Amino acid sequence: MVEKKLRATLITGRTIDQGVGKELGKGSQEYFDNVAVCFLDKADMIKLGLKPKMNIRVTSKFGSVVVKVKKFPRGANPGIVFMPCGLWANMVCGDETYSMGMPLYKGFAVEVEPAPNDVVLGLDELMKKEYGR
Amino acid sequence: MTEFKSVVCPICGCLCDDLEITVENNEIVKMKNGCAVCEAKMVYGYKSEERILKPMIRKDGKLVPVTMDEAIHKAAQILVDAKYPLLYGWSSSTNEAQRIGVELAEELGSTLDNCASICHGPSVMATQEIGIPTATLGQIRHRADLIVYWACNPWTSHPRHVERYTAFTEGRFEKSEWKNYMLKLKGETGKKKIEAASKRLGQYSPPPRPQVCMVDAPPKSIQKMGRKMIVVDVRKTKTAEAADYFLQVEPNKDYEIFSALRCLVNDQELDIDKVGGVPVDYLKDVADAMINCEFGAIFFGLGLTQSLGRFRNIEVAIALTRDLNRRTKFVISPMRGHFNVTGANIVFAWQTGYPYAIDFSQGYPQYNPGEFTINDLLRRGDNDATLVISSDPGAHFPKSSMQNMMKHPLITINPDMNAISRLGDVVFPAQWCGIEYSGTAYRMDSVPIPLKKVVEPPPGILNDQELLERILNEVRAIKAQKTEVQTKVKGEVRSAAKTVKKTAKRTKRKVA
Amino acid sequence: MAEILVKNGFVVDPTNKIDGEKMDIAIKDGKIVKKVNERKAKIIDASGLTVMAGGVDIHSHIAGAEVNMGRLIRPEDHYKDAVRKTKLTRSGTGYSIPSTFVTGYRYSTMGYTTVMNGSFAPLKAKHVHEELNDIPLLDKGTYPLLGDWWFVLENLAKGDIEECARHVAWMMQSTKGYAIKVVNPGGLESWGFGHNVHSIDDQVPNFCITPREIVRGLIKVDKMLNLPHTIHLHTNNLGQPGNYKTTLDTMRAIEDLSTDGKPVAHITHIQFASFAGDDWGKFRSGADEISKYINAHNHITLDMGQVIFTDTTTMTADGPFEYTLYTLSGHKWVNSDVETEASGGIIPFTYKKNNAVNAIQWSIGLEIALLVKDPWKIFMTTDHPNGGPFMSYPRVLAWLMSKKAREATLKRCHKKAQKKSLLPSIDRELSLYELAIVTRAGTAKALGMPNKGHLGVGADGDVAIFNINPETTDIAKKYKAVRKAFKESVYTIKDGKIVAKDGEVVDNTTPGRTMWVDVKTKQPCIINEEMKRKFREYWSIEYENYPVSDHYVKVSDKLTVEASV
Repeated sequence: MVEKKLRATLITGRTIDQGVGKELGKGSQEYFDNVAVCFLDKADMIKLGLKPKMNIRVTSKFGSVVVKVKKFPRGANPGIVFMPCGLWANMVCGDETYSMGMPLYKGFAVEVEPAPNDVVLGLDELMKKEYGR
Repeated sequence: MTEFKSVVCPICGCLCDDLEITVENNEIVKMKNGCAVCEAKMVYGYKSEERILKPMIRKDGKLVPVTMDEAIHKAAQILVDAKYPLLYGWSSSTNEAQRIGVELAEELGSTLDNCASICHGPSVMATQEIGIPTATLGQIRHRADLIVYWACNPWTSHPRHVERYTAFTEGRFEKSEWKNYMLKLKGETGKKKIEAASKRLGQYSPPPRPQVCMVDAPPKSIQKMGRKMIVVDVRKTKTAEAADYFLQVEPNKDYEIFSALRCLVNDQELDIDKVGGVPVDYLKDVADAMINCEFGAIFFGLGLTQSLGRFRNIEVAIALTRDLNRRTKFVISPMRGHFNVTGANIVFAWQTGYPYAIDFSQGYPQYNPGEFTINDLLRRGDNDATLVISSDPGAHFPKSSMQNMMKHPLITINPDMNAISRLGDVVFPAQWCGIEYSGTAYRMDSVPIPLKKVVEPPPGILNDQELLERILNEVRAIKAQKTEVQTKVKGEVRSAAKTVKKTAKRTKRKVA
Repeated sequence: MAEILVKNGFVVDPTNKIDGEKMDIAIKDGKIVKKVNERKAKIIDASGLTVMAGGVDIHSHIAGAEVNMGRLIRPEDHYKDAVRKTKLTRSGTGYSIPSTFVTGYRYSTMGYTTVMNGSFAPLKAKHVHEELNDIPLLDKGTYPLLGDWWFVLENLAKGDIEECARHVAWMMQSTKGYAIKVVNPGGLESWGFGHNVHSIDDQVPNFCITPREIVRGLIKVDKMLNLPHTIHLHTNNLGQPGNYKTTLDTMRAIEDLSTDGKPVAHITHIQFASFAGDDWGKFRSGADEISKYINAHNHITLDMGQVIFTDTTTMTADGPFEYTLYTLSGHKWVNSDVETEASGGIIPFTYKKNNAVNAIQWSIGLEIALLVKDPWKIFMTTDHPNGGPFMSYPRVLAWLMSKKAREATLKRCHKKAQKKSLLPSIDRELSLYELAIVTRAGTAKALGMPNKGHLGVGADGDVAIFNINPETTDIAKKYKAVRKAFKESVYTIKDGKIVAKDGEVVDNTTPGRTMWVDVKTKQPCIINEEMKRKFREYWSIEYENYPVSDHYVKVSDKLTVEASV
């Protein structure tokens, strides 16, 4: 049965491709391809009826963003989704620091749903939309 | 063609200093020994089209190239006019530039924060709570027979860490585990091949494994003599694959697991079966491995500092290390991210006493993470101008923080057009530190390493230190002018008042 | 450069045997001269004041990785002592580990002009120099930790002292160091696997060598290299009850190495190495034994490492000792091992009057300083910040100069300490002349600095003027006035410039020099591919990136010496 939404815990962090992408330039295609993505567990993808590179919407109480879906390269992580750190992940991260300076980057609840009709915005488009520049 | 040896890689906290670089016509054409990220920056990224070649000022919403003098004046004017500016970044700059940065912040009476704020700030706070038993990376290379990577993934964020400093390197007293890893890898590929072949032949079906939990039991090999590596993380990473044992834990449960390990190390009994998704029996094996090693090392990453509990996670990790030191030798070390974020903490500390989250509004340094950390400042909207140097909060801060930053003028200093430069009001170009100018950076274990200059920067571009010095001088000049004008105005007002008084007196007399 | 004439002060200059004579001191071009043109020179009227050379501190932890880690982990230490920015000076913080600028200002306003940094791990040498550059108004030098360096251990185990000397020479030059520092010889290497050595004849694991051999070997190296200072030694078993025996063993073990009657080793913070008693319960002073030995021998100099009753931060390269402190106090503990070279540790610590051990420690430091008859053999330090911050020096001076001051403190100490202390039986009170020896003349001599610590013609133009009138003040009775006088100099002159006046910095343009020793060996240390490979094996950085290049030293003051190897 295909479910509409997945409730999951989001982790953001580095990937080597994100690292390579950022060094090549934040405006580079590599950066976009490797950062505007979200990794899901195989089982979760099947639940949502997703295939790699399809568009999904990730929503938290702080915001929402459309990215491409990818499968976790190894291991089983049902209920955990992972986004490389970068502009797209920031859209769902919160500035709540619990008075410790550190915003919410890891381990908070999100909802993931297929978004076949939405487009993944590029770096400049997304910044224009959210930051007005 | 020039060849440079022992060049330092200015990217991550490993600061690998064995790069061999070939330069032709003032361009790096070849790099040896570095990782993929290093190659991306040193061979391609630094000369990409995204490079900023001229200072720019935003006019009518568009960035327009201007002269350096104009940009410096504009930036200084913004900083002087602001009531409470904020200076942030520093992690990809040299110590020499950071020193000037502190002076600038002091002159402006501003807040001063560095990238530790969103990476290992909590580790610093934990260290301030209970200290830290640690060691330089070479010490670990020579001696450690148990290496634990906790909530970090060096394979991707510090690609050469394992090969240069820990499990896969030869030390005086411990040998590299590289060969064993290759054997293991070969064995596994072989097994997979056989499985696939048998599947095709329809002869083999893997025995159904009862999935009690996601965690596998620790293998006997973690109790062996010689080097072993344990990875603890919420997901199976490539580092985890290379480890002797991968302990998968539930997100936000690190504190519980450390506490359980502390109990076990201190010979207490746990009356529960599972902690953070891990059977206690497995933890017992891990605790035994920790106690029985000759020299253990824990490396931890942002998985601890950014998860629920923040600095308390690190505190309990350090507490575990302290406990272990009563049984054997154990050290713990943060996996610092940017190549000189450690340096930023160190330079700020020697000049002010505090490593980050500093405020100068009272004329002396004050420290309070949670108050003077940049995300809290932005959240409250305290500051009315921001200067960002050698860092990209545009790509790494939560949306709402950035939206708050955008409400006020923004000055950026970065070599290339990264996210924050695209958002700036005054956008400075900069030289690539460690490629186009030399300086000092501190490795994650606080070892100072000299960065090398290997190519000439594009004409007209200043390095961070020179640029900051010029901004500082301009700020001082504007402030001096301001006070001069003020005193002049005051003087004029006073003399005007005197004339008024005199005339009034005269009129009075006349009237009388 | 301006000329200065200090007129009519009571000059105390033990090096030139001047004891309170009323005379003028002329300074020109940063040096003491015979006379200056009185019409052109700036005249300082020092009548009724005491004039001494600028203070020379032989051992104080003011810069480097360990010190800075101490700063970093102790915000609570800084909150109570914030220093505001002024037109001339930078802001910063204190207390027990002041920020770099504040360190310079505070030393300077106390009349100090030269401070030697107690230790640093060679691998982190660039760090120490970067910080020294940010300490203004002082001349500085620093001692590399070499006692547990693998090259030293291996060469000494082989018996190849000449090769060892060449390596040490290379290291001294590469790290821009001033003297050989030896901390808990053999112990730091053992600490690599969590062990320690407990006597000078314990074997160091994996290296077939004993602390005795290390110390003796390095003294021979020091002599071969003709270094200005002797080895600077922190003995084994430091901070352990009963360790005075180890200290005596160490001193006896090197007796024969002094052939010309000159000292061959400086044992630092002797107070921490003079504990008697079998355990903390039976803790007592070993000052009597130590001082008797020192009075009978001439091959050792000492500094006090005096304890102050205050909240401070202990930091030393002696990792195992700091671990012991951690097990005793449970306080926040930093351990920092450095590959191939050293270790280190930090623990915040409060010395309390009502703690018997602390109070006895306080007594030990003063007992030794007073029982050692020759002031040229023991110098005043607090091993800043281990015994207490350097700002407490005036308190130590008052205790040394006034029995009344000692009694006033002792009567508030723990009963046990009062009973055990030898202080009541000691009547000695240091004169101003002796005081100048233990704070400047003696230290400069021990450090081999002919231009410092005195006011003879040709000496550095470093002068401190204090508000003490030896003709009208009975120092021993008016110890509070003395304390005040040494807290804030009336004038501090550095390199012929008035840098501080009445406790305020008035000129912040003198960065101060960094003194280091460039040893020329007849045969240099051969650095070939083989050596570089060894380097790569021993350290985690490349050979090329190891040395401290010249630009790391803002104002370099190189002392070139010819070695005999």
